[in-house]
Amino acid sequence: MEKKESMKLLWLQSGGCGGCSLSLLGAESPDLLTTLDAAGIELLWHPALSERCGGDLLGLLQSILDGAVRLDLLCLEGAVVRGPNGSGLFHVLAGSGRPMRDWIGALAARARQVVAVGSCAAFGGISAGGGNPGDVCGLQYEGARRGGLLGGSYLGPGGLPVINIAGCPTHPDWVCETLVQIARGDLGSERLDEFNRPRSYADHLVHHGCPRNEFYEFKASAVNPSELGCLMEHMGCLGTQARADCNIRLWNGGGSCLRGGYACINCTQPGFEEPGHPFTETPKIAGIPVGLPTDMPKAWFVALASLAKAATPERLRDNARADHIRVTPGKRAP
Amino acid sequence: MSRRIVGPFNRVEGDLEVQLETADGQVRDAWVVAPMYRGFEQMLQGRAPLDALVYVPRICGICSVSQSLAAARAIAGAQGLAMPPNGELATNLILATENLADHLTHFYLFFMPDFAREAYRGQPWFSGALERFRALQGAAARQVLPVRAEWLHLTGLLAGRWPHSLALQPGGTSRSIEHQERARAGTLIHAFRRFLEQTLFGDDLESVVALDSADALASWARAAPPRSSDFRHFLHISDALGLERLGRGADRFMSFGAYPREGRTRFRPGVWAGGDAPLDPGGISEEISHSWMHHQSGPRHPYEGVTLPSAEQPGAYTWCKAPRLDGEVMEVGALARQMVDGHPLIRDLVARGGGNVHNRVVARLLESALVVLEMDRWVRAIRPGEPFCLQGRLPEEAQGHGMIEAARGSLGHWVRIKRGRILNYQIIAPTTWNFSPRDAAGVPGALEQVLRGAPIQEGERDPVAVQHIVRSFDPCMVCTVH
Repeated sequence: MEKKESMKLLWLQSGGCGGCSLSLLGAESPDLLTTLDAAGIELLWHPALSERCGGDLLGLLQSILDGAVRLDLLCLEGAVVRGPNGSGLFHVLAGSGRPMRDWIGALAARARQVVAVGSCAAFGGISAGGGNPGDVCGLQYEGARRGGLLGGSYLGPGGLPVINIAGCPTHPDWVCETLVQIARGDLGSERLDEFNRPRSYADHLVHHGCPRNEFYEFKASAVNPSELGCLMEHMGCLGTQARADCNIRLWNGGGSCLRGGYACINCTQPGFEEPGHPFTETPKIAGIPVGLPTDMPKAWFVALASLAKAATPERLRDNARADHIRVTPGKRAP
Repeated sequence: MSRRIVGPFNRVEGDLEVQLETADGQVRDAWVVAPMYRGFEQMLQGRAPLDALVYVPRICGICSVSQSLAAARAIAGAQGLAMPPNGELATNLILATENLADHLTHFYLFFMPDFAREAYRGQPWFSGALERFRALQGAAARQVLPVRAEWLHLTGLLAGRWPHSLALQPGGTSRSIEHQERARAGTLIHAFRRFLEQTLFGDDLESVVALDSADALASWARAAPPRSSDFRHFLHISDALGLERLGRGADRFMSFGAYPREGRTRFRPGVWAGGDAPLDPGGISEEISHSWMHHQSGPRHPYEGVTLPSAEQPGAYTWCKAPRLDGEVMEVGALARQMVDGHPLIRDLVARGGGNVHNRVVARLLESALVVLEMDRWVRAIRPGEPFCLQGRLPEEAQGHGMIEAARGSLGHWVRIKRGRILNYQIIAPTTWNFSPRDAAGVPGALEQVLRGAPIQEGERDPVAVQHIVRSFDPCMVCTVH
């Protein structure tokens, strides 16, 4: 077998929580290190995994800037920090005296492909919430607006924009599968959606595969945490609009937000951090949720919902407000 | 005297810089710098109180559940709401899963790889450390990643996912557990226990937790070859390097108490400073004399705390505030937790050598064994069909605090609610305690004190002893400043 030269990956963190890395360490079938081996990806450095520290790391970064070490893939986790007052001093890379924003910009200019891992690096994310005290932005977006650190028209030497693996956090498979596709050269721009998210997971809705679908169909809704009913009507669930495959792919061996009993907050979407209402309350006008399922005509939804409500089986009406199955299929409520 | 800057540190969560003044092959003085500020306390002001449950887990990807639980407890305190027994058990299980995943990650991925550094080539134990613990290449990392991933299936089962779950609510958990799920949880705990017994300890957990003195530990270690288990392997290297003489603290330990069940905590809250003392939450304060912060004069209790960053404060060198208990610096973490709880092995180790690198690691692994045994009991106590979550009304005006133990130590949230919205939200994280800057009296924080006297070898740029000491705290920098 011909031995291909490895792809060199550098992983940096800035305005974020490190949760996408911690999630990624949980990759399975196979594990992360095996995936990287299989893809022929060599980790130049990762904050949680590498030996290099301090001066050794700064030396590596400098040799990338000098062109002595090739950089095929630059992954950024966490938002780009610009505050206070445009100084970037809210995150100075330790030991360097230089704002992280400037390191990211300089290294991105050397990278063949730049990847934003998580909604913070992609769009700003949670780090941009609450009035954005850190004045953070994404690599190529500021919320839903193109721009960010590298500018809306940025394209890397490989011809692609920043690939935005959005999510808060990212599913380990979203990252692994994207990196493998990049390494194999089969991730073209047609495989990215309107926010440059990989379509491999963003072509789906969180609603797909939701175990609460029968409750949804009959508008049998939960009102309080731990109840089994649909979370869309009262509990703020955005699963019918959210672009991700969380209920198909599943998390941590079989979970998802919905399976955990709480609402989808649409964490792959730019601006999810400021929904304009409390996260776990559904805003309504005249009793009808403001945010309707994607691609569904409003009149049709309203008609269908009222019809469904009138026809809700007793089993679903009862179980929707219970925290365990009280009425089993084919039986009447006691 | 010469001054040097060490950083960035990796294999700590987040970014960290340490400034050292050195002379005669030793650290004379140290300043710990947390170089990143995001502003979660500012973001939360004016929001609906329950929005905190979305925001605070995202302070930290490694202590996500801990942050979430502290917020849930703070809001529950404001509501006067208590959890049903099932909610308490499920919450304990979710928190324990995260805490043990963190202990495992710390030992195998963050701490041990430093013994495979080139600096140690030539030590008789080097080839073993290289083969087993080398970063990315060692056998242990490849073995542990799948174990860790499967362990986190417990969070998939009980909390939907990890990190950043919304399952932990003020009144319990949003995911009720049925019989079959209880069975699966018990099986996952058994699988993890098997890894601990076969690979980490090389002995059954009951024997590990029964070790009751430094002598008992030493003779246990001698009973099998150093490389027969990873704990023995560590004890062997630690002995050879004298890690019990490295990173000696001031021996003032604090724990908020962990894993409540029906009115009692599995690890009790309190203070140990030469002797046991009760913990008075009213004695906690934060001050900003050396922080890039302004608009707060003197120390304040977190209910009254202010977070306003300012990059141009004279004398400041970090975004971290300086928390104190009754004006004193405290060390927190697994060692503090087990010291306060009074585990005989830890009491004896500290009596002999105080807080040090060796004892911090031993306490973390011992605690892993203790908690796994406890988790098995919690799973068996779950009653399917009974409630997991109670509902409460949010008052228009109230305050509450949530004080819990994360893997790396005491975590507190203090919330004040006015007109149904968050008026003030203050967080003091474990590493805020451990990596605190100096206070107004010039007293350095715990790590700053501990680094004094650390040895520096000829020609070392980033002294390996300093790295062992820093990582022995299992620091989480993204929590520290939030």
